[in-house]
Amino acid sequence: MITNNSKPLLEVQGLHASVNGVAILKGIDLTINYGEIHAIMGINGSGKSTLAKILAGHSAYQVTAGNVIFDGKDLLALAPEERARSGVFLAFQYPIEIPGVANNQFLRLAYNTVQTQRGKDELDPLEFDDYVREKMKLLEMNPDFLDRSVNEGFSGGEKKRNEILQMALLEPRLNILDETDSGLDIDALRIVANGVNQLTNKDNATILVTHYQRLLNYIVPDYVHVMNSGRIIKTGGKELALELETRGYDWIGAEENIPEGAAL
Amino acid sequence: MSEVASNHYLEGLLKTYSQHSSDVTPWLSQMRNEAVDRVGELKIPTKRDEEWRFTDISSLTDIPFQTAQTIPQLQPADIKHHYIQEAATRLVFVDGHYASALSTINNDSGIIAGNLSMLLPSYSAKIAPHLGQHVSYGDNIFAALNTAFLHDGVVIIVPQNISVSSPIQLLFIATQKEVTSHPRCLIIAEPGSNVTVVEDYIAGQEVAYVTNAVTEISVADNAHVNHIRLQRDSNQAFHIANCTATLAHASNFQSINVALGARISRLNLNVQLASEGAECAVNGLALIKKRQLADTHTFIDHIKPHGTSRQLHKCIVDGAAHAVFNGKIMVQPNAQQTDSSQTSRNLLLTGQAQVNTKPQLEIFADDVKCAHGATVGQLDPEEIFYLKSRGLSEQAARNLLTYAFGAEIIERIPVISLKNQLEQAVLEYTQSTES
Ligand SMILES: Nc1ncnc2c1ncn2[C@@H]1O[C@H](COP(=O)(O)OP(=O)(O)OP(=O)(O)O)[C@@H](O)[C@H]1O
Ligand SMILES: [Mg+2]
Repeated sequence: MITNNSKPLLEVQGLHASVNGVAILKGIDLTINYGEIHAIMGINGSGKSTLAKILAGHSAYQVTAGNVIFDGKDLLALAPEERARSGVFLAFQYPIEIPGVANNQFLRLAYNTVQTQRGKDELDPLEFDDYVREKMKLLEMNPDFLDRSVNEGFSGGEKKRNEILQMALLEPRLNILDETDSGLDIDALRIVANGVNQLTNKDNATILVTHYQRLLNYIVPDYVHVMNSGRIIKTGGKELALELETRGYDWIGAEENIPEGAAL
Repeated sequence: MSEVASNHYLEGLLKTYSQHSSDVTPWLSQMRNEAVDRVGELKIPTKRDEEWRFTDISSLTDIPFQTAQTIPQLQPADIKHHYIQEAATRLVFVDGHYASALSTINNDSGIIAGNLSMLLPSYSAKIAPHLGQHVSYGDNIFAALNTAFLHDGVVIIVPQNISVSSPIQLLFIATQKEVTSHPRCLIIAEPGSNVTVVEDYIAGQEVAYVTNAVTEISVADNAHVNHIRLQRDSNQAFHIANCTATLAHASNFQSINVALGARISRLNLNVQLASEGAECAVNGLALIKKRQLADTHTFIDHIKPHGTSRQLHKCIVDGAAHAVFNGKIMVQPNAQQTDSSQTSRNLLLTGQAQVNTKPQLEIFADDVKCAHGATVGQLDPEEIFYLKSRGLSEQAARNLLTYAFGAEIIERIPVISLKNQLEQAVLEYTQSTES
């Protein structure tokens, strides 16, 4: 939701980044205020996940220019765990499997770490069990997933739900959902989207990376951005997603390429 | 190491031998004398011996480790924290000597348990067919030495169709420096019986000593033995062990071997599937750091048809430690319908940590199902990043992943308090690696 008096939560300024010397992000500017939902769309390989992982602090990417300010602080100076503790959360496009680490143990460790950071009490295993089961109900998740290893053998959709469960537990300020909708069946999409809607409010903000307008019917964005080869090439309202759905991406490039003055 | 040093060392060791030999059963004294002769013919192995390629034990002979001359009087309070609470029977040996005051024998279940010298007069007929029959020392100097020094030891006889519900703990405590002990265990599970035995090696002091153990296990028809072997010797100690289990028809042997201690340790584990339909699971975990070396050699021998073996061996190597795994699985010509799998997985936590793993399959039968494989790797940076992105510190993430790697073996231990104790030990290990 866009409000007039809200302040920026995230400011990405002229962000350039590369991996192994190959430039991937080539100047991203993006400001997200508290309470807002931004969708990022764009063709495969345009750099959406790269942007998401850089915000989360993945070390494979080198920031070569630009700044990222999170709640007034230099986000790039923080280690990934410090970012997480100060409220940055990335729901991964491809959540990793961690054999041998029980999901409930992992979730409790993450929860307690973040709670401690916020000066709140940790929960013991029994208290946490009650708490996490409540959150699982929100996502209609079977409690059996607590006893399994983190994401191990989870179906694509189950992994995505487990990501949103973590978001529900950690109550971040910046939610970055990287293609959380892909892999979800129609019912699951509705359930997960409902869950996300219950978690978004005026004290946080959300970036939705998606390829499909369908998700945006459930989680309505305030802005839609289109990325292409490492840049945001167009920004619009939610109707832009509908237009992309019918027209694809080609026309944007064409429109942008019209020489100045030619349209006059 | 030179031959002279080796022989000097062995002579030194054998000097203590003569002080003991008297009043014994003739068959036992003959067995010992043969072993003494054999020791005279053998040498301490060097890295030139194929079986000891990666494990240099030459430093063993730097100090003339004698058997203990005096035994400290330990009080139960001194060692209580090592007790496994579920155990109803506990046999304690201090520096190789049986400590009856510290031991508890509960015969309610019908088992016969105690030390060899006590049980030999009454049970010679049951003991003789097994003692020295499963571990044949051949060229194995350490097994021969152990046999030469065979005066006492553990005997557990589980009579036919008896199931012992609580585990039996065998506790070997080393308290003195520069002492060699030769622990000896004999476990006889008669047909249809069921027993869990925990063989536990503990350091009373962080000093240098030698443990040279031999364990023989006979698993009769339809019997089931859980054997948990826990090596937590001093980080300056040498621990050498030879263990053989012989499996009869449709018997089941579950083995878990955990190596945490010792400067240099070597376990030779030999499982003979000597009759049809025998089944075994052999699990190993070596958790070592600094300059420790843990060497595990296993040999699973499918001699008869319809045998099943499952092996998972894991090493977690930190600091400049070195793990060695050599796992041979043999499927003899007669052993059709064998089903065998073997996995060696290794985690190196530093650049100097080292592992040599060699799984080997030798198959001489055609109708078999066998799989084996080995992996050596570091912690996965993507897994670490995932955990950090949820707020865990780098160290907490590494600890959790290391712990999880080892927990896969520890979770298989069927004794809850021991499992918890070891989980704690792994946690402490991972935490102590914090830089
Ligand atoms: N670690 C890496 N090594 C090499 N190339 C990489 C790496 N990470 C990303 N890239 C490249 O960067 C480009 C952008 O990838 P990214 O994953 O950000 O795209 P995306 O917009 O998320 O695509 P999709 O819609 O398919 O998820 C791609 O060409 C990709 O191959
Ligand atoms: Mg992507």
